[in-house]
Amino acid sequence: MTSIRKEKYGKINRDKVLGFTWDNKEYFGYEGDSLASALLANNINIVGRSFKYHRPRGVMSCGIEESGALVTIGSGSKIDPNVRATTQELYSGLNAKGQNAFPSVNFDFGGVNNYLSRFFAAGFYYKTFMGLPPFEWGKGTGIWMVFEKIIRKAAGMGKASREPDPDSYEHANDFCDVLVVGSGPAGIAAAQEVANKKLEVILIEQDSLLGGNSLSKKDFDATLLHNQLKSSGVRFMSRTTVFGVYDNTVVGALERVTDHIHNPDVKLPRQRFWTIRAKHIILASGALERHVAFNNNDVPGTMTVNASRQYLNRYGVLTGNNIVISTNNDSVYHTAVELHAAGSKVTILDSRENINFDLPKEINLHLNTLPFSINGRKKIDSIDVCKTKDLSKKNTIICDQVLISGGWSPIVNLISHRGIKPVWNQENFCFTPGDIKENISVVGSAKGIWNEGNCVESGLIGANEAMNTLGIHKKEISFPSPGGWSNPIEPLFEVKSNKFPSKSFVDFQHDVTAEDVRLAHREGFISVEHLKRYTTLGMANDQGKMGNIIGLSLMAEQLDKTIPEVGTTVFRPPYTPVPIGALTGRNVGKHFRPLRVTPMHQWNIDHGAIMIEVGLYQRPWYYPKKNETLSDSYIRETTIVRKTVGICDVTSLGKIAIQGPDATELVNRIYTNPFAKLPIGKARYGIMLRDDGIVMDDGTSWRLGENEYFMTTSTAAAAKVMSWLEELLQTRWTDLKVNVTSVSEQWAGAAIAGPKSRDVLNECVLDPSEITKENLPFMGVLQTKLKDGTPCRVVRISFSGELAYEMYIESDYAHGMMDILWESAQKYDGCLYGLEALGALRVEKGHVTAAELDGRVTIDDAGLGKMASTKKSYIGSAMRKRGVLSADDREMLVGFFPISEKETFNAGTIVCEKNNIQGQGIGRITSVTHSPELGHWIGIGFVKGGLEKWKEITLIGADPVRNKQMEIKIVSPHMIDPEGKRMYA
Amino acid sequence: MSGALVPIQSCTVDMIRIKCPYCGERDHSEFTYGGDASIKYPALDAPESEWTKAIFFRENIRGMQKETWHHTNGCRLWLEVERSTITHEIKNVKACHPQIEKITKSKS
Repeated sequence: MTSIRKEKYGKINRDKVLGFTWDNKEYFGYEGDSLASALLANNINIVGRSFKYHRPRGVMSCGIEESGALVTIGSGSKIDPNVRATTQELYSGLNAKGQNAFPSVNFDFGGVNNYLSRFFAAGFYYKTFMGLPPFEWGKGTGIWMVFEKIIRKAAGMGKASREPDPDSYEHANDFCDVLVVGSGPAGIAAAQEVANKKLEVILIEQDSLLGGNSLSKKDFDATLLHNQLKSSGVRFMSRTTVFGVYDNTVVGALERVTDHIHNPDVKLPRQRFWTIRAKHIILASGALERHVAFNNNDVPGTMTVNASRQYLNRYGVLTGNNIVISTNNDSVYHTAVELHAAGSKVTILDSRENINFDLPKEINLHLNTLPFSINGRKKIDSIDVCKTKDLSKKNTIICDQVLISGGWSPIVNLISHRGIKPVWNQENFCFTPGDIKENISVVGSAKGIWNEGNCVESGLIGANEAMNTLGIHKKEISFPSPGGWSNPIEPLFEVKSNKFPSKSFVDFQHDVTAEDVRLAHREGFISVEHLKRYTTLGMANDQGKMGNIIGLSLMAEQLDKTIPEVGTTVFRPPYTPVPIGALTGRNVGKHFRPLRVTPMHQWNIDHGAIMIEVGLYQRPWYYPKKNETLSDSYIRETTIVRKTVGICDVTSLGKIAIQGPDATELVNRIYTNPFAKLPIGKARYGIMLRDDGIVMDDGTSWRLGENEYFMTTSTAAAAKVMSWLEELLQTRWTDLKVNVTSVSEQWAGAAIAGPKSRDVLNECVLDPSEITKENLPFMGVLQTKLKDGTPCRVVRISFSGELAYEMYIESDYAHGMMDILWESAQKYDGCLYGLEALGALRVEKGHVTAAELDGRVTIDDAGLGKMASTKKSYIGSAMRKRGVLSADDREMLVGFFPISEKETFNAGTIVCEKNNIQGQGIGRITSVTHSPELGHWIGIGFVKGGLEKWKEITLIGADPVRNKQMEIKIVSPHMIDPEGKRMYA
Repeated sequence: MSGALVPIQSCTVDMIRIKCPYCGERDHSEFTYGGDASIKYPALDAPESEWTKAIFFRENIRGMQKETWHHTNGCRLWLEVERSTITHEIKNVKACHPQIEKITKSKS
């Protein structure tokens, strides 16, 4: 093939020369070129190597269906593999390379696979699983592990970068009345018609230019169309692909913002991921030209007929000097005439018996003629042709290019996303969209309409359907019928070869040959879904856009069925590949998920806190002194809390205001323990169950007034409990007069824990007489003022097991509260403590958190059975009594000590009997810590049968993940001050 | 706000649109699926057998189904949504609470 740039052809800007590199050599193209057209203009014909056999491949199409010219663009972290050169716009400085080849696509050692191809037939990969014959055959394989690495290296596509993606991507949203996909004649007609009715229209075009297939026409002016559309009020998005159509007429679209720009503005995202919600969708997505399977139909220089026309009229590239066109339909004749007029020698092979066209006499037309085999390896030397009636009688025609048209396939992919199966159209030999019950119209050649006038008409009818949807008017008009060629198409999918192995490609993308389809049939993979997976027909980049229908027709032939009987595989989104980066958008790095900080976040950091993520929250983990490690620090903090006093940020707890005449009734129904008689000014610890009797959460509720409660929940369950209360009040107990409001963000909280906490608080409040043992007893609640006058709430409550309080203040005053508390605590040699020390303190006391209340635990399992009232009914009260939840061998909360005091263990350790270390054992350790008070490691967790059953028995803590094992014993979970003398002090 | 139930933003196209009677039509990612809206939960003191039925026994409906959705990242209303399990078509959306339903209905 000799492709050259033609003067006076094309819509490229010859005043703007663009330099680019291909396989490290410099070339030139023009503004308006695609990478493929620029390569062709430089007469570069081998641009890729095929997936399996490493056969040389050239440019085979002019659009998204390309499966030959797949290249790698860029380098380093910006490398982008498997880019279709046909859709990549040329820019100055573009750096493209051939892929799947060593050392280059022009000379590739992998080409040896072509000669070993009999070993690489369909399913060969799966067959290697069975072992190396005859030694391992059928026995499974050891050699597979060696094989696999070699195969993976040899077969494939471009290589992605291992570095993080430096580009940014955006998510964007839009709404419109009518969304039109495709800017060919049908799409344009539809969009303008709807826009004339003052409706909001968005037109989406994947190309950089408007016009669709009109761009292949010599006299077509895209700029004029652009201006017309603009003045009619249509919003349009070019370089944007609708990759999926979803429920409620929502589409997903990918806009390539800077993929065509050298050194783009750093403020721009590389791509935008659009979600567009329309009221009606008009799909004018067009059709794709098919090829035909015959021997060596992939030699560089082979392409579809329409592609050649696009290259000539859009890009000013004449793709061949001596061209053979093979067809079974009328669509090629314009192209033949134009190629001839541009100076090429043109020969047409038409498989039909009779056609009616006036052709220049220099064009040789052979009727009843089929392409049989292309001769040549890296370029086309000639083509063997034969008569339809007699395949054995061959003629050789010298040529440098073969253009093929096996008919056209409407792009039914998008409507198939809606679960609408395509219907076979026997007259036009293509699948057309089935019946649509949603607000979606398919128009133009996507509906199988070939005639341009009819396409425009169908666009107007699509617009009419959209207006019906929007209630503008109601008119019933029927679509023009599919087709529109003067001579009917005749089926031509394959020209069978007697050569073996025949290289008659059905699907270029994955090197699937006609023989592979027959092999799949012989081996029993006859369902289309099996055929696809066994042969990989219709997989990878092009998703079968080129080869699917040929594959189906071959299978139909083998099964002696029709194509509609064989059916087609289901098209799923995306229509063309969508980068993971675009799906992720801005949700990367620290924006991967939202960050929550407490109002005293900065205060904590200023006071030396090392932070830890808990759910979405950043919480203080520990406050190290100079050179302290985590463990030094938390052990010191724990010791100080037990000895004097410590202050801890507990803001992340969920907080809910419960107000209304039925507030007491609500609280009493959701907690297992009685709340009906809780006096005003007192708080109570409570457990909530789910409907099924399992513990949902624990927390406290404080009665602030006759009809007002303040509820705290665990950090982990804050959102869940809020939703749960709303659900109960809005769906089940709609007669209760009570309102719940989340006030988690409105109140900042700090725990003041330790024997000196009362002294500390006394100094902090305006009226110290309030904080006395009598006035604020255990579980007492006080609404008072800090010494600077700020109102606050104090509750005497203890998670640490010490004399302790929690103080809450409006969030904006959190820093002030911490300053006052900390100033006072320092006088008593107190400390700030973080989550690690908080955990150590509560494990020593056997207090449960989300680590224990994991959705499998009952109130009895947690050792809190005495908190379940027998006098009232509450959520879960019936179900907690079911047999399985009260069985004797349930796992119960216990404490763990190591037998040897020096031993450590981890959360997640499996508890086993000494002589039976296997499986799930008899329990598990859920939380561990070093206990400064006891002087060794301790843990809490669950063991079948609980403390009673395993007292005094040495058990094994098995930690296979960390390759650890230690002897442990079971103790009461309440390891320090079990009577609670300190807490009640 | 006690925070979104779904901390990681969705990476896919939002498919279902739900007409919240208070907020208007929104993407389903603003909502959280609740459960079967046709269940009548028994009284708290009802026997275990009744609760077992209400909690564990579900119809596997092919067609229109009444379900509850919570407008978690919106007005926090619990809604009764009639949705087709075949096509995702949504026929009717109303507030679960009868009094809220009355107010939202009169407003629209």
